[in-house]
Amino acid sequence: MIDARGYSCPMPVVMVQKEVQKNAPATLEVLVDDPCAVENITRFANNNGYTATSRETGDEEFALTLTKKP
Amino acid sequence: MEQDIKLTKLANCAGCGAKVGAGTLARLLDGLPIHADSNLLVGFDKSDDAAVYRVSDELALVQTVDFFPPIADDPFLFGQIAAANALSDVYAMGGEPRIALNLLCVSKSMPDSAVHDLLRGGYSKVYEAGAVIAGGHSILDEEPKYGLCVTGFVHPNHILTNAGAQPGDVLFLTKPLGAGILTTAAKADLCPPDVLQAVYARMTTLNHAARDAMVQFRVHACTDVTGFGLLGHALEMAQGSGVQIKLNVSALPIPSEALELARMGILPEGMYRNRKYAEPFVMAGNIPLEIQDALYDPQTSGGLLIAVDPSDADTLAEAMQKTVPDACRIGTVSEYINGPHIILH
Repeated sequence: MIDARGYSCPMPVVMVQKEVQKNAPATLEVLVDDPCAVENITRFANNNGYTATSRETGDEEFALTLTKKP
Repeated sequence: MEQDIKLTKLANCAGCGAKVGAGTLARLLDGLPIHADSNLLVGFDKSDDAAVYRVSDELALVQTVDFFPPIADDPFLFGQIAAANALSDVYAMGGEPRIALNLLCVSKSMPDSAVHDLLRGGYSKVYEAGAVIAGGHSILDEEPKYGLCVTGFVHPNHILTNAGAQPGDVLFLTKPLGAGILTTAAKADLCPPDVLQAVYARMTTLNHAARDAMVQFRVHACTDVTGFGLLGHALEMAQGSGVQIKLNVSALPIPSEALELARMGILPEGMYRNRKYAEPFVMAGNIPLEIQDALYDPQTSGGLLIAVDPSDADTLAEAMQKTVPDACRIGTVSEYINGPHIILH
């Protein structure tokens, strides 16, 4: 799980990129508090072998789930 | 760099990306009284780059103000970029800047030498433009900001608005795109140094030479490409002129690094805002998403988007080859019947 709350773009997507490149996890949970980060992480996932779903978990807080494509 | 302070770390959003979105702005301005004055030739109801006020039959004032948080860490460089960006609005109206006033927000964490360098950067560009800084105003603010209020002159009969494009016109863009993506990447040290230096060089380049080249020809419309991205500003031109704009994507100057970063999700918030606003009016066909991203990417101190009479297109291209080597022909203007205002092909 990556907690990128409190980080502004582009740091959240950079944190996700590093984790994917290092460990290539089958699934990855990411917490963010910046709508732009949701968009950027989704864009990264779609172009790098993952699918991404997101849900709003609070006021301006979002949880993303990245799942490796088969 | 002489300073230890990283200016961009003090900024929530960089450069023209900090601009309030076009949709929000329209909402905020809606319902405000418009006091008619027959000498106000271009006012805020026109979504143009600057206001123009007729002083006499031979002279009109062009007035604009533009400022934003740091887009570069080096204060001198930031000052240069902010000044070049503010001066650009006068060039985009076909005018020549004459007097500028500083707008400065300084953070207590900035050493005096950094503030001095920032102002020196601004002065250098105003001087290069042939204008003078006559004063300004400064306040304390945790997020630094800098820019200028600029007054220029133009002949009332030679004002270039964004609303004059005519079917048949050829479109030119005088600087490459991708500045928002590349400077966002720089915040995470993801932009190659040589690419970043090239972006900085373009952002500090005045649109003076482009203006001087275009005013020799039958230019029907002009705007500068800044915070709303190429498509946002092209849309303002298309809607303001009541025309359709066709952009030839393969001719658009986009650095390959910007496309690669877009694929990695390194995109500024303003890109999404610009897309949301302009997308309903754009037919993008099967143009890859990362290319579209670059067209919605907010630019700071971007180039001029020029609509020129087709019979002058070749001579304008030739004239700009000498003084504005980055300029390229990017599309055409056609009659608007219905449907999208902008077509990418």
